[in-house]
Order: sequence, then structure tokens, then C-alpha cells
Amino acid sequence: MSAPAAPSSTLAPVPAPAVPPVETMTVIVNGKTVQVPKTMPDWQGKPAPTTMLQAAKIAGVDIPHYCYHDKLPIAGNCRMCLVEFGTPMMGPDRKPVLNEDGTPKISRSVLPYEPGTSRGAIACATPISPGMEIYANSKATEQMRESVLESLLINHPLDCTICDQAGECKLQEYSVQHGKADSQFVETKVHKPKAVDLGPRIVLDDERCILCTRCIRFTRDIAGDDALGIVNRGSYNTISAFEPGKFDNNYTLNTVDLCPVGALTSKDFRFKMRVWFLKETKSLCTSCGTGCNITTGSREGVIHRYEPRENDAVNGPWMCDSGRLNYRWVGRADRLKQVLRTAADGTRQTVSWNAAIESAALILTQAPQGSVAFVVSARQTNEELFLLKKLATHTGALTDSVAREGEPDRLLVSEDRNPNSNGVRLIGMAFTEFGFNLTKIAEGIAQGRIKTLVVFGEDVTQVGIGPELLAKLDALIVSDILPNATTAAATLLLPGAAHAEKRGTFVNVKGRLQKFQKAVEAPGEARPEWEFLHELVHSLTGHNGYRTIEGLFNQMATEVPAFAGLEWAQVGDTGVTVQI
Amino acid sequence: MPEPFKLILKNLDEPGFTPDIGCYQRHGGYEALKRALAMPARDLPDGKKLSPQEALREDVKASGLRGRGGAGFSAGLKWSFVDRRSGKPIYLICNADESEPGTFKDRQILHKDPHQLIEGMILSCWANDVKLAYIYIRGEMPVAAKLLNQALKEARAAGFLGKNILGTGYDLEIHVHRGAGAYICGEETGLIESLEGKRAYPRIKPPYFPAVLGLYMCPTIVNNVETLCHVKHIVLMGPTEYAKLGTPNNTGTRIVSLSGDVQKPGYYEIQVGRVTLGELIFDPNFGGGLKPGRTLKAIIPGGSSSKVLKAGEVFKLNRKGADGQMTKVDVSLLDLPYDFDSLQQAGTMSGSSAVIVLDDSRSMVQTLGNLSEFYAHESCGQCTPCREGALWLAKATHRLSHGEGRKADADYLTHIAQNIQGRTICAFGEAAAWPVLSFVKKFRDEFEAQGAADEAAHAKSQGTSSPKSSDHRSAAGSLQTH
Repeated sequence: MSAPAAPSSTLAPVPAPAVPPVETMTVIVNGKTVQVPKTMPDWQGKPAPTTMLQAAKIAGVDIPHYCYHDKLPIAGNCRMCLVEFGTPMMGPDRKPVLNEDGTPKISRSVLPYEPGTSRGAIACATPISPGMEIYANSKATEQMRESVLESLLINHPLDCTICDQAGECKLQEYSVQHGKADSQFVETKVHKPKAVDLGPRIVLDDERCILCTRCIRFTRDIAGDDALGIVNRGSYNTISAFEPGKFDNNYTLNTVDLCPVGALTSKDFRFKMRVWFLKETKSLCTSCGTGCNITTGSREGVIHRYEPRENDAVNGPWMCDSGRLNYRWVGRADRLKQVLRTAADGTRQTVSWNAAIESAALILTQAPQGSVAFVVSARQTNEELFLLKKLATHTGALTDSVAREGEPDRLLVSEDRNPNSNGVRLIGMAFTEFGFNLTKIAEGIAQGRIKTLVVFGEDVTQVGIGPELLAKLDALIVSDILPNATTAAATLLLPGAAHAEKRGTFVNVKGRLQKFQKAVEAPGEARPEWEFLHELVHSLTGHNGYRTIEGLFNQMATEVPAFAGLEWAQVGDTGVTVQI
Repeated sequence: MPEPFKLILKNLDEPGFTPDIGCYQRHGGYEALKRALAMPARDLPDGKKLSPQEALREDVKASGLRGRGGAGFSAGLKWSFVDRRSGKPIYLICNADESEPGTFKDRQILHKDPHQLIEGMILSCWANDVKLAYIYIRGEMPVAAKLLNQALKEARAAGFLGKNILGTGYDLEIHVHRGAGAYICGEETGLIESLEGKRAYPRIKPPYFPAVLGLYMCPTIVNNVETLCHVKHIVLMGPTEYAKLGTPNNTGTRIVSLSGDVQKPGYYEIQVGRVTLGELIFDPNFGGGLKPGRTLKAIIPGGSSSKVLKAGEVFKLNRKGADGQMTKVDVSLLDLPYDFDSLQQAGTMSGSSAVIVLDDSRSMVQTLGNLSEFYAHESCGQCTPCREGALWLAKATHRLSHGEGRKADADYLTHIAQNIQGRTICAFGEAAAWPVLSFVKKFRDEFEAQGAADEAAHAKSQGTSSPKSSDHRSAAGSLQTH
């Protein structure tokens, strides 16, 4: 996968390919003249004729829409983006007809069979033409939106009070912006299936559905699982799974994000929390090496959901279901919450962080060169690994990390199930292949050469360093989040923080360095590892100055060649690419 | 006295005429094909040459042939839009999904003279370099599908179809595909989706114009059964002679499906524009008049989706005088020439040339209820205005024709219909809206009277002023077009 990092003293920014000059054309959006490219990326990123919707966006005008999504094939079915438009009038000589003031005469779009009535075009699929005028806020356009909203609402159950989507519903938002408070509708509503078990993670309310087909297009064209479709006709159209209850690929929950209304809901999240109470934190998924960008939704220290956060360099707008649902461990009751030290009599006592750091510093200071080994997890952040590397260098220690692999898929899931394997490599805590030194460490312990083992975030009993070996050590310094056989054997146990409880950076499998923010507090005495590692490094080496994550990162960037020249602030919300 | 003119229908009702190839050939069948395939390249005045295929395409353009399916678009122009440079195969599809209520002309050809269609198709395919063509036939015509397959087999055996047709090296295969009973499959892009094995959701245009991105995203021609048959006659007669049939810009013949309150409903072939609506209804050669003691109330002139015309209406039509100048002249309903342009100028369309006659025994409210129920049932449901609006219209008209009307319903119906027309993916939006808009506009008094009567009856029984919305729900709710 990754070639050994080529050390470079300065950050080599990825050279931008020579971009040919973009051909543009002039269009007028709500009276504002803008130059827009003739072609723009379509849903697959291929150049396609620029649409009215894209041109309007460039002009700073958002045209409301339901079915359109920039990463899905265009359907054009909701009709919410209908806009009145005009094109320069052409004379019989194929030359533009001019007004008296010399400006081109514009013929406004009208119905061919009823020239007194405006005609709308769907902005999502209609290409622009030179001199086109787009009337995104004209009376006729607003009337078209009003009527589409009225149509969408006549058979809608209007059950916002108990709907999970309330607060992030496009039907609500556009009703406020473009709708009318009253409807003329006096008929009975169409009734459709409620609480349909679409698949193991999804529930569908067909009455709320506006049939935009985003879910169908996503699962067919992105996930590659043609599992959803529409049955029945006309107003009775109903979304259905090909096999009832079997909508079950690893990307189904993206349809919940895509659903502009409350039709598709996540079994995991529904009825749990009103969305407006959620604090949103920019974070990363740690379930594999892809490093999908996510938004963590939390309230009062409890995480309630992960949602993908768009990053075209990594995950686009998607994430897999297994990663999305992998958050409950953060709030597990058996989290390590106490700092523990084994006394001379073998009993474990809670101690203060100061005492623990002093103990650790003493152990590492007194350890003869070569008698210490480090096993660090590729789930630790770059900043933590950087500090651990300092300790390892200071003690002349053998170091390694633990590989974690699984089946990859064709979309997002990486076979590398660690979020930061490349961070481990770039910082130099392991070779390209993890596990090379683990055998040596086990041998060293067995032969009595290695007397002190420092373990961060791994259960070494699973990788050949069993309890009998651990029992031979003088000191076993362990930091982890959840209990395991290694933490049980620790002589000094330092409770660490989940990624959602701290800040830091990871480097994904493709070399994307990305940062994540803190959403919730760590439980009990647990602390972000970089904080106490910084104290330990200070005690041991006298180095100081990493008291903030920003300072620590910037210092690391001056010392780790792959990160040379980077600064925390420059990493941004979607990361930067480093050479791996 | 106006006479029917039998061009397409020439043989098919003759005693003893059978749908097999032997009979067809005894009546001159496949002579047009032999003639066309033997045509040399055509020299042009500027010294350039037209290949025989290009020449036939030009002839179809010059004949003035307009599509007989509904839109009346120039067939030659439609062929000229085909992307011939894409490098992809070009497909031709015969739209035999005849479904517009009131229309029963194509089925005559399909059942009685299938080889006429096949010959027209082979000629059209040859002219357009088509190697593979389909006949998409309405599911409700199983016998015609069988007959077509038999006819294709015969044509193959006779060397008119398959490999190396008539020794020219031209290969063509035609397959019959049966629909499954949805009106929307007659919409050409819906038809294409259905042919591809998908739900017949019409495609958005742009970008999916069939001439460029049609069947399997390849250039595709979709023509109606009758239109394709005319190609044979254009070959036989030559475009100039053909264009003498009918009237300028409305050339050739057309089969009119005449139904409703006339003495002799049926299908009649006429020279386009040479017969008036009045003649179609009253002439003994055609409808033979209304039923005894009845008076004319309205005409739906081009299939159920066309806008209704009211008895006694007078229209302003453009007429070219002897001096070549256009003038507006008053033409009354019964004097309207039955052609594409006159009906368009009268604010409606000749559509699929299905004339539905309504006499004074008909309630316009009930009639509209019937039509709206059809369109609610047939809306595919893809786009919002039609999906929601078509059923809304059906519920409202149902309510109005079941004693639950309101005086305000005339405006209510207009409001709903206006929000459908022009805002949908395909012309179904118009098809659902136009009957409503035209019925309410032209027979408003009838709608308001019905609403007022219902309100009065309701007030009497309830002792209240006017029924409120919730009161309508029982009646309206009984409409299930599922």
C-alpha cells in the first residue's frame, strides 16, 4: 500500500496540475451578471455542461431542491428547482435582437401553448446558454415553488411534532422560505405504509416520503446494491425494498442522511434525541484507515450519533454503517476511569496523576538503555505517537505497533482497520509492516533483557506477549480506554481518552493528515494521552512547550519530516495530503 | 359530399384480405421496399450525390408527413435530429402502445394489415441505417402481438428481414415487445425506459432526447404505427404526389377514430384538412349524425387529453387569401377543417385524431370526473405536480359528481390544473390538466350550478350554511384509483 516515506526537509506541496484556462460564459442571475465555466463536474466529477443551478450557486443564489444532490445522478422529479428564465431573442438573421438602449432583448420563458403563462425549467438539469437570465426570485418562480410545496404537503401527514427529521427537514425549511401557510386542499389524504422495516438499520414512513428517489439512486449508483424501488402508481407510489426487510448493505444509513424529509429514519437514532439539542463536533471515524470525516452529535457529554461530513479528498459525503454505529464504546460503563499503581505488596491503589507521572518518570529514568520496549497503537494520535517516540528514543527502546486488518470493500472500507497506521510509520514507531519487533520484544522479555514495557492502546496478550511474559516484567506501564488482559496486569495504569474526548490528528491510508475536535469529556480521571505524555516527556527530558495541542502539533511538524512546514491552523477541517 | 380516402386502410377491410404475407403481396405488398432498395444515388443540382437512404430521408421531409401519434411533429425533421456521428447504433422503435382514450386506429393496422407496418418500418430503418428495431405494443393487444410475430417470421422467410435483405447487404432485425398495461408507456421516453426493462418513468429532456440519448443511451427514432405506414406510400407515390393529399402543411391522410354520441362510431380515413368536424359527425359517410332527438354539446377533438370544444363556438383562424396574405376569418366549430393547424388555432389539438362527441344528455361534470379518474390512475407518479395533482383533481371531480360539490370548486379545479401544466417531466401533465382547464372554462356554469346545488342540498339537510371541508371526506375518500 504505502511506500516508505521519502524523507524531505521541507513540505512538498502536491503540485497543482497545469489547468487549461476555463472557458466561461456570461449569465445573469437575479439581475447579477456572472461569468461561469461552460462545463462543471457532474455527479461523478466528469465535466458536463454547467446547469442553471450551478450557475446560480456561483452567483451566490441557492435554488431550493429536493431530488437534486451533487453526488447523485440527476432525477429532475421534485420540480422544486423550477425557475423562470429568459434567453436573448434571436432575429431571423440569427443575430440578437437589441433593445433601444443596445442591450439584448430577452424573451422570457413561456408555455408554448399559452404564451401569457410563465414556463419554468428545472435548474438542476437545464444547461445554461450565453446571455441567459435566471429569475430565481421572480413572482412566477416563487409561485411554482409554492405550488410544488403545496402538492408535496397535501398527502403528507404533517406529523412534525413526533418526526425525527424535525429541525433538519427540507420540507419544513422550504415551507418557511417558499411555502404558503394555507392550502386549498379539502380532500382525504392518501394513506400509505407506516414504520416499514426496510432493513436491519432503517425504518421507512411512506407517508412522509416525497419520492425524490435519492435513496434509490444512492443504493443503486453509489453503493452498487439495487435494493430499493418504487411500487404502485401515481399518488400511491411507494418506496419498497426488493426483498422486504433486506435493505442491508454496509451503506444503508446514508439514505437516512440523504432523505430530505423524515421518511427514512435510523433505528439507532430514531426517537432518541431532538436534533436541535445536539452539539455538532467535527471529527473523524476511527473504524478504519480511510478516516471518513464525520460530525459527532452529542448532548451533555453523551454521543448520540455520527454523521458523515463531506470531504471529497476522503469520503465524499458518505460513510459506512459499521463505522457510523461504532460509537457506543465511548460511553461504556466499564471505561477505565482511575489512575492505578501496583504497590510493593502487589495491591493496586488509586493514585494522583502527579504521583503516577512521577512513578513513570522514575521507572524510565532508572531503566538501563535497551531494557525498555514500547507497543503503541495505531489508534493513538500523531501528537501522542510523537511524544511516545521521544520517550522511546530517550530510553533506547524497541518499539512496534499492532496491525488490525479486515475485508475491504469497493467504496470506503479499508483493509487497514487502524485509523493512524501511517502516523505510526511516519513518526517512526514501527516499520512499514507492523509486528516485526513484537517477536523480538517477546523474546527480550522471556530472556530477561527487557524489564519495562510501555503499552498504549493495545492488548499485547493478543499478539504474543501473554500474561506469563508480562509477569516477568519489573514494570508494565499501560494506557488504555477499556479494560483488557494487559490493563489487568499493568503496574501503572493511565486511563486515556477516546478520540471524541480529545483533539489530535491522524494520517489515513492515502496520506491525508486530518484533525479532529473534542466533542465530550473523558470520564473520571481519564485524560487525553498527549496531556500526560507531555508531562512525562517534560519530567524525563526537560522538554517543554507542548502544553496546547496546537503548540505540540507545530513542534512535531518541525521534527517529523513528513509533516515539515505544517501548522495546526493550516490543516483545516478537511485535512492536507502528506507524503507517505 | 366529403368522402373517406383510403390509403392506409385501402386493403384491410376488403373482403378476403388476410394478415398473411401472401395476401399482402398479392395486393402489391413489399413492392415499395423492392423499389427503394433498388434506387440509385440521387444527383443533386449542385453536383453532389445523395445516397438512396439520404434521398428517402429527404423525401419524407418533403412529403410533409407529420407524426400520427399525438404531437404532430414533422417526421422528416425528427429523423434529421438523429445523431449519426456518435458511432453508436441507431435504433428505431415503433410506438404501438395506442392508449389514448378514444383512439382505436393503430389497432386496425396491427390486427388486419401487419405487413403494411413492417414494410414501412423496414423502409424507415433502412433510410436511417437502423440495424435493430422494436415494436412496443400495448399489452392489451395480445392477438396483434401474435399476428406481428407471425408476420415478422413471414417477412424473414421471404428475405425482407434479417441478414442481407433482398441481396443488398442490408441487415435488419425487428422484435416485438409487449407492454404491461400502462398509458405512460406511450410517452416515448417512458416507452424507452420500459423497453430497457425499467419502470416507465419518462426521462428529463434535456438531456435525454431520444434522437441523441435514447434506447440504451443510443440515438433512437420513435414513430407511431400509422406514421411508419405512411413511409411506404411516400415511396410509392413520391413526395410531391403524396403532399398533394390533404392540405398544405397538413399533408397526407389520417385515420380518425370517431366515438361517442354519433350514429356510426368507427374509424375513418380522411385527407387531412379536407373534412370538417361537422362532416365527421353528421355526414352519412362518417358519423351519420347524432342520435335521434339529441343536440350537440361538445367535442373532444383529439383524444381524451385534448381541450374540449363547445357546440356553437366560433374560432378566429388564419387563412391565406388568394393574394397570399394571411387574414383572420371566423370559423364555427362544425366548419373546422380536421387537421393539425386548424385545431391548434382553435386552442386545442388533433392529438391522436380521436374525436369524441358529446350530446346534450351528457353531464360535463360527470364526464370530467371520468377523465380525471383515468389520468389519476395512469400518472406514473414520478414528478410532484402530476403525481399529487392528478389524484387531487380526480378526488375533487369525484366529489363534485357525487353530491359533495362546492360553488368554489370551479376555481379550485382550475388552481390545481394550472399548477400541473407546463411543470412536469412529460406531457402527461398537460394531458391531466387540459381536460380540467377546458371543461371548467367552457362549461363553468354547469360546474358552478352543480356546486351550488350540492351546497344548497347540504345546507338543507344540515341546517348550516355551507359544507366545510371535513364534510367532503366521506364521499371523496371513496375514490380509490389504486
